[in-house]
Amino acid sequence: MDPIDPGTRPLVDPQRGLVSREIFVDAQLYAAEQERIFATQWLFVGHVSQVRRPGDFVVSRMGEEPVLLVRDVDGALHVFLNSCRHRGMQVCRYDQGNATEFACPYHGWTFDTKGRLAAVPALREGYFSELELAHWGLVEARVAELKGSIWACWDAATPSLDDWLGDARIWIEEFFTVPDAGAGELELIAGVQKWTLPCNWKFGAENFSGDNYHNVSHASVDQLALSPSGKTGRHQYDAIPQKPVLQNIAYASTGHCGRGALYPPGFDFLSAYAAVPQLHAYYQRAYAGRQTQLGEQARFVPHGGTIFPNMSFSNGRTSIALWHPAGPETCEVWRFYFVPEHAPEAVKDHLRRYVIRYQGPSGLTEEDDMENWNLAHRASRGTIARRHPYHMAMGLGHEMAVGSEPWIARGGTVMEGVSEQNQRGYYRRWAQLMGAL
Amino acid sequence: MSAVDNPALARLLRVREAEEFLYREAGLLDRREFSAWLDLLADDVRYFMPLRRNVPSRAPGDEWTREGQDIAWFDEGKDVLAMRVTQLHTGVHWAEEPPSRTCHLVSNVLLVDDSGPEWEVHSHFIFYRSRMERETDLLAGRREDRLRVMPDGLRLAYRRVLIDHNVLPIKNLSNFF
Repeated sequence: MDPIDPGTRPLVDPQRGLVSREIFVDAQLYAAEQERIFATQWLFVGHVSQVRRPGDFVVSRMGEEPVLLVRDVDGALHVFLNSCRHRGMQVCRYDQGNATEFACPYHGWTFDTKGRLAAVPALREGYFSELELAHWGLVEARVAELKGSIWACWDAATPSLDDWLGDARIWIEEFFTVPDAGAGELELIAGVQKWTLPCNWKFGAENFSGDNYHNVSHASVDQLALSPSGKTGRHQYDAIPQKPVLQNIAYASTGHCGRGALYPPGFDFLSAYAAVPQLHAYYQRAYAGRQTQLGEQARFVPHGGTIFPNMSFSNGRTSIALWHPAGPETCEVWRFYFVPEHAPEAVKDHLRRYVIRYQGPSGLTEEDDMENWNLAHRASRGTIARRHPYHMAMGLGHEMAVGSEPWIARGGTVMEGVSEQNQRGYYRRWAQLMGAL
Repeated sequence: MSAVDNPALARLLRVREAEEFLYREAGLLDRREFSAWLDLLADDVRYFMPLRRNVPSRAPGDEWTREGQDIAWFDEGKDVLAMRVTQLHTGVHWAEEPPSRTCHLVSNVLLVDDSGPEWEVHSHFIFYRSRMERETDLLAGRREDRLRVMPDGLRLAYRRVLIDHNVLPIKNLSNFF
């Protein structure tokens, strides 16, 4: 039986908003995902600030594959499979550094920063000088950069990063835009959180794509004043007195999704940071700049989203999450945190402390997400459980080609309030790539 | 001459006092007496657990992320620690509802410096967590503490928790270390 034959197993049914539990727990489907999704799609691998100088490198992952992100001696970026072409040993075992070459610790094959096989022990007496060094360089992925984010893709047939992102590109551009929407970049705060999550990799990606429905997950932290607003609530924007209309935007052809909030004119943006004078002052100037740059569109505040398949982003508490597959039952999460590079040090420090106490495995908010995903996965493994699909039909049939403000979602469809539109779009794309629609 | 006039014996008593502080603290955490645990912390306590990187042995400088500058697992004061305790008491903090069973094993306690108003005390720990039916988690590492000498006993003034993990092997850190 073909593991993904739609005739034998309807895995994703976008018309009814149903998603089979099989796609989270089945080992054959997991193996097929590695071929059809992780080997073909663009994957976020890092940020330019990790590899500023020639020779800088940092380890990363593409799906299950360990890769190396390297800036070569001439300044060009490369992404290599971190595996010697001879017998597979990892050629680099340090998380980061600066190098002129990568020498395999097994037999000594040595590669330069462009991935070329530069030296082989016993080339003459062992290989009789017949080894064609030019054919045995490190396996290399395509690489592309967008506003400081670095992406890689194994498949030569996949469109360029820009075309692949399509209309969702603006979400990445907006994410990497500083709060005043002017010049300047985000900088990565040193240290990438990495941890193990006992559930399928899609749980996190799906949650970040557009789940505005899960407030009950955070019933405990919402009783605390976690944010720099000083008011009860986990989000800084919970303190804004004017209530926004949540916007969910899905891009049907790519599976990418975003979500944000549309505020009424004249809303009090600063109440989000009222408890911390340095943040208040910084965002006062920044918001004035943002209004100058964006005009009417400054009323739209992006909250985050997911770039298919496994890169999620959070605006405001500025971070990127990568949901790396590590077996059908395990996800390895990597979390990158950012601050505006030109912000005062006190502002950077307050933002840093807010992201740490909110997000990741020690975050008061996300600790509870991970408990839910863990046990949702576990309760979906059984024979009986697998007969019953997940329900993702909220708002089905009420998608709008144009939202209440037409500039919000060009190229996508919109649903306001709580909705599972984005998750449906995400799984529709999954099913397309898997040949299961 | 009483025992405490003998410098070696006096030091031994301080070692015992530091050990008892750490054991009492571990007991409070494992019995979920979190408010009482919070009372053992100085109001200006700093609680820091850095990330750990794989770096060359000849250049260990980048092994740990830096306190007050970089990303960490924890880098906070009593305000956030108190929020965590309040969260544990809400009854709807799903990561700890129903509560985990924890066992903090503390050993290798060393009184490194007791010459000032804050003693420097190092210890090693194994943190065992049993959760729901069969979840079993294990973290290991060491701690570098400063214990402040107060008229009514010791208070934790600073803790640096150095875990031995690069990729954290567990889903969350919903406990204290």
